[in-house]
Amino acid sequence: MEILLKFLEKNGLVVAFLVVGLMIFGADNVSKRLLNKKVPTPAVAIVFGLLLAYVGGTISGGEKGIADVKLFSGMGQLGGSMFRDFAIVSTAFGASILLMKKSGVVGAISLLIGTILSFCLGVFVAFGLGIRDAVSLTTIGAGACTYIVGPVTGAAIGASSEVIALSIATGVVKATVVAIATPLLAKRIGLDNPHTAMVFGGIMGTNAGVMAGLAATDPKLVPYGALTATFYTGLGCLLCPSVFYLIIRTIV
Amino acid sequence: MVIYGVALLAFCYLVGQVVGEYLGIWLGVEANVGGVGFAMLLLIVINSWLEKQGKLDTLTQSGIQFWNQMYIPIIVAMASTQNVKLAVSSGAVALLAGALPVAVCYFMIPYLTKAFKPSTEQ
Repeated sequence: MEILLKFLEKNGLVVAFLVVGLMIFGADNVSKRLLNKKVPTPAVAIVFGLLLAYVGGTISGGEKGIADVKLFSGMGQLGGSMFRDFAIVSTAFGASILLMKKSGVVGAISLLIGTILSFCLGVFVAFGLGIRDAVSLTTIGAGACTYIVGPVTGAAIGASSEVIALSIATGVVKATVVAIATPLLAKRIGLDNPHTAMVFGGIMGTNAGVMAGLAATDPKLVPYGALTATFYTGLGCLLCPSVFYLIIRTIV
Repeated sequence: MVIYGVALLAFCYLVGQVVGEYLGIWLGVEANVGGVGFAMLLLIVINSWLEKQGKLDTLTQSGIQFWNQMYIPIIVAMASTQNVKLAVSSGAVALLAGALPVAVCYFMIPYLTKAFKPSTEQ
């Protein structure tokens, strides 16, 4: 048994291929037989993934979901940022540069609106729940942008580690909500064309959430959403510890 | 050959990410700014150029298509490595501050989309 476990650990990435294949096979069956294709297979598979992440986090007490369980450590490699970004770049193959150009301006505008809106609402919620100092407010507002903007901002302006952890949690909640809610709300917000996908990517910004949400809605839209979302974290890291922090400090 | 497609993708990925890294440093930000976006644009440009030259055979394309098809499995793997436990167990501040912006942003999308219809000229 021990030898087998060691063997599987050593071949983590290949194990992950098998595990994800089985998950998608299961999700495909659930989608077709139980849900009458109303929820697409990728959406079911992503929910499976999130559930697995919860189980993994509970078992191991770590931060990387199922990847902290040794047997599944390969999931961390397969789902890590290198493979993710590599695969996402490949989705541009076949995307229309004409459509991207046409929606470029609104993409940029939605980036700015998305960052400001998320930050302000994050600060608003934190203030409403009794947090009063400018550093903590700014850090949590930044966490409401993405779970990378939060800790980067917090570190830059000297937030405590509890607040930084809180801002990461805020960003993870956001990514999770976007991933789950997008396929359910797509029709209502008209998310069925590249133009709206670019607005969506810009305004939501959280990479993991946007990409998972679009993949679950319609994989053809992924490159358009990814194109704008990829600028969001950078923009957030630029604005939150500087302009936004100064504004919050002046107000509080 | 399949490897040509994979290598082309790798070239675009690396160039784009490096540009994003340097842009981040230049802006004084501790993050990659638009690396994936630059890589995607580069891939589109090189792809259409190669197509015009007639140098993009099916095998080369399938080297890129493979990764295109692997995208969802990779996202599933990514989902399973998120810190969901932290998100679920982190209390009202994180739950509200994470969820409320999403709700409001969804509400904004139809308005933004309508206000900036893509230009129909060209």
